[in-house]
Order: sequence, then C-alpha cells, then structure tokens
Amino acid sequence: MSLAPMTVAIEPAAAEQKPRTGGLPRWAGPALGLLLPLTLAVGWELAVRAGWSDGRLVPPPSVIYATFAELAETGELQRHALATLARVLAGFGIGVVTGTVFGAVTGYSAILRQLLDPSLQALRAIPSIAWVPLFILWLGIFEASKVTLIAVGVFFPVYLGVMGAVMSVDRKIVEVGRVFRLSGIQMVRRILLPAVLPAYVIALRSGLGLGWMFVVAAEFMGASEGLGFLLVDGQQLGKPAQIVAAIVAFAVIGKTTDWIVVGLTAPFLRWEDRARMGGN
Amino acid sequence: MLTLDHVGKTYPNGVRALENFTASVGPGEILAIVGGSGCGKSTLLRAVSGLDTPSQGRILLDGEVVKQPHAKIGIIFQEPRLLPWLTVAGNVGFGLEDRPKAERNARVADALARVGLSEKANVWPRELSGGQAQRVAIARALVPRPEVLLLDEPFSALDAFTRTDLQDHLLDLWADLKPTLILVTHDVDEAIVLADRIMVMQPMPGRLFDEIADDLPRPRDRQSAAFDFVKRRVLTALDRSLADGRPDGKPAASDADSGAAMWW
Ligand SMILES: Nc1ncnc2c1ncn2[C@@H]1O[C@H](COP(=O)(O)OP(=O)(O)OP(=O)(O)O)[C@@H](O)[C@H]1O
Ligand SMILES: [Mg+2]
Repeated sequence: MSLAPMTVAIEPAAAEQKPRTGGLPRWAGPALGLLLPLTLAVGWELAVRAGWSDGRLVPPPSVIYATFAELAETGELQRHALATLARVLAGFGIGVVTGTVFGAVTGYSAILRQLLDPSLQALRAIPSIAWVPLFILWLGIFEASKVTLIAVGVFFPVYLGVMGAVMSVDRKIVEVGRVFRLSGIQMVRRILLPAVLPAYVIALRSGLGLGWMFVVAAEFMGASEGLGFLLVDGQQLGKPAQIVAAIVAFAVIGKTTDWIVVGLTAPFLRWEDRARMGGN
Repeated sequence: MLTLDHVGKTYPNGVRALENFTASVGPGEILAIVGGSGCGKSTLLRAVSGLDTPSQGRILLDGEVVKQPHAKIGIIFQEPRLLPWLTVAGNVGFGLEDRPKAERNARVADALARVGLSEKANVWPRELSGGQAQRVAIARALVPRPEVLLLDEPFSALDAFTRTDLQDHLLDLWADLKPTLILVTHDVDEAIVLADRIMVMQPMPGRLFDEIADDLPRPRDRQSAAFDFVKRRVLTALDRSLADGRPDGKPAASDADSGAAMWW
C-alpha cells in the first residue's frame, strides 16, 4: 500500500484487498498483538529472577504455569472447570430457550409485545446481581440459585436480540413467501428463521458472554467447587498464582465456547455479506 | 381470462387508492398500465396478486375469485427480492419445494439457461449485478409456469441499456408459455414495446382514464414513425389524465415531441 494520500484515495478497493499490515505476511498481524503481553510476561519473569521483586503478589509466569500444571495433575482444575462449565451450560440453555420464546412471540405479535415487553424491560433495569439474596432465599444456596442467576443473565440479551430480529424481518421478503403461498410453518422455516439467524447468533454470543460473567458472581455467593471457588479460595489463602490460573482457565474455556457457537453456526451464515479479513 | 370486476381499494387511512376498476385481460395478452405517481397502479397489481384484498369488487381468474396469492398468478416486484441465504439456483427453485428433486433441478437449470445465467447457479445473490438479480427474479417467477404474471415497474431500477435488453428478453421468455402479462411502468417506451394494450390511469381516486390499443408489428422498432405515433397518443392521454384531475384544468407542462423516454 502506498503511503501517498492520493493513491489511497483513488484506489480504496485495491488497498482493501491487501492485508492490513501492508507487505508483511499474514501471521504478522496476530503476532504483533502478542508482542506486548509476551514482552511484559518475559520482562516480569526476568525481573523476579533477577531479584528486583519477590513476585509474591504478582507471581511470574513460571509460577503460574507450575500452579496450573499442579492443579491439572491432581485433577482439581478439571473438576472445578467442569463444575463451572456445567453451570454455565445449564443456565445458558435455560436462558436461551426462554429468551428465544419470549423474543419470538413479542417480536411477532404487537399485542404480546405491549403486554410483556414493559415488564421485561423493567426487570432488565434491575442489576441482575441484586437478585442473588432473593434467589438464595427461594432456591437455596446450591445449584438451583446459581443456574437461575446465570439464566437471568443470558435471558436478556437473547430476548432483546430475538425480538429485534423478528421485528425487523423485511416485510418485502415475507411477501415473497406469501406469493409462493407458504403455510405458517413453512414461512417460519423458509423465511423467518434464516432471516433472523445472523442476529440470533450475535444474541447467543452476547448471552454466552454474560453467562460466563454471571457464573463468577454465582460462585462467589458460596460454592465448594468451580473456577469461581478457586478464585475465592486463592484470595482467602493468599495464593495469587491460583487466582491467575483460574482467570486463565476462564478466558480459555469462555473463548472456546464462543468459538464453538461461531463454528456451529458458520455453515448457515456463509451467505452473509461480511467484511472478512484476508479474503476467502 | 383475468377479470377485474369493479375493483376498488380504500386504505384504512381513508385514501381511495382505486375506484371502480373494471377490465378483462385475455390469455396471453400483454397489458401495460401507465399513470401518474400515486394513481393506484401498485394497489391494483397487489390486489390482483392476492397480496392485498380489494375493498370493493372482485378479481376473477377463469371464473374463480382471487382472494389470496394464487398458484397461477406470479408477481415480479421493482426490486428483485431474492432471498440472500439461498443461492441463485435455490432462489429460482423456491416455488418448487414440493416437487421431486430431479424435476426441480431440471426446471431450475432450464430457467437459468433461458435467462442466460447458468454459470451463476451456485452464486449468492449479493454477488449479482442489479440486472442479473432481476433476471433471477424473473426466472423465479416463471418457473412455476404462472398463467398470469404481474410486473410492477420491474426494470425501473436498471440503467437504460440493461432495461431495453431485459425488455427484449422478457418477450422471448413470454413467447414460450405465453402467460398473461400485466406490466406497470413509468416508461412509455417500455409500455409500447411490450404491450398489446395500454391503460392510462388517473389519480385521486385511482381509476381507468383511457385505453390505447398497441398493435404495432413485432418485433417492434423503437425508432419507427408508427412507434412515435402510438407514443404521442399515450403521452397525450397521460397529460389529459392529469389535467382532468387538476382544479385549473390545465395540462401538465410536458411536451410529447421532446422525445423523453421516461414519463414521470
Ligand atoms: N399501505 C398503504 N396505506 C395507505 N395508503 C396507501 C398505501 N399504499 C398506497 N397508499 C396510497 O394509495 C395511493 C395509490 O398508491 P399506489 O402505490 O398504488 O400508487 P402507484 O400508482 O403505484 O404510484 P407509483 O407510480 O408512485 O408507484 C397513494 O395515494 C398512496 O399514498
Ligand atoms: Mg407503485
């Protein structure tokens, strides 16, 4: 890409074709992003080794890795990660199903929207964590209250996303379905579902993100296992390396579940006209 | 035989978009409808398609009242309205879902070949030009072999070259199954090239104003004197249709000799 402003202005299309980093190879972009964290990590490791810091409050990467490996070896990490994952999946499942149903009916029917949406919006205005005491009173301290809290967190983005998507389905495309005399069910399957799918995937992903956020809150309210428990435990016993290891596990598992959602839905969204990095 | 029997449409907001429209269109006839903006052309076409129901009168296809979209009536809109999640072939075969796969594939391939887009079968709609997309829409509407095909300004979003190209193309396609065509257009040349009969509508409330037979020999030469003669008649009728609707009774400022291809 030329740096001369004139060339850039005249040939924007040609400029877009090339990778953003100009003449560098394709891996250079991601590698550039890794530069800062890697430098910090290596720098901190060296600083601790050199004795400039004792690394007690901020453990160096080697200690975090060792803690991680130890937790993994004893099977503790897997046990806690699975407990957390199970809670997220249960809450996500419930939140997605209810959010989809409510979003679909309120998006479809103006009467149901006028009936339900104000109440749901009012509930949404309450910070979800504020429900915790009530959920514990109602559902006890164990799984039910945790899963409920996560489900509440997942519900709202899914509900809003689905309602918006259904409401904004292009009337002109629905008319195409009518011209071809689709029945109600065919209309849903052949027109409405594909039309809302892109927005639905976005709603699912933000719901999942909130699910991961809320599982931490849920596990803070008292849990004997789960990655959130590892966090609290690490704090109470003064083990910062364990806290960081749990955070890393959260990041890795959370991102992986997001990739899974994207990967499972990608085949249905190939038609979408999205600006993609680096061509096909 | 398609019959419009005293068809009227008053929208819920009180607009009398169409009043007392009576006409019949024979099998294989090509009828063009022209008229000022807002004179109820789209309203009329949507009523015939069954997408809207008229508030007065009836629409009959071979004696059967049309109340909902009908298997034998197809419509092509101003925009292609392709489904972006289906390939070109998927769009063309949209109305054949209930047919065996082999038959569907054969008919889709045939339709695509006839609109000259065989090599685009597996492409997404977003990868088509405007003219190509409208050709796919035409193929999609023709594949179920309608007896009546309605077209609401089908080429108005296209450039002049593509437009004349598709007009000729539409005639080729029509010649095969000879469906009844009802074409709404703002383009007087288009109406004259395609139609057997041209209806001029008048606004407020929308109604039939004049009817002009167009029996020029086909294929029609857009440059011929006979073409110009018909065109002058249509433009004069259009002027009068507007003047009639005006309180001052004066014709709109427009000159039939200006040779303007578009009449708005
Ligand atoms: N859905 C609707 N609700 C209320 N009024 C409408 C509706 N659709 C059209 N109208 C009104 O009915 C009249 C006829 O509209 P119509 O779309 O049939 O005109 P048209 O002849 O197709 O115009 P154009 O050439 O601009 O497409 C207009 O006055 C318009 O404002
Ligand atoms: Mg119109």
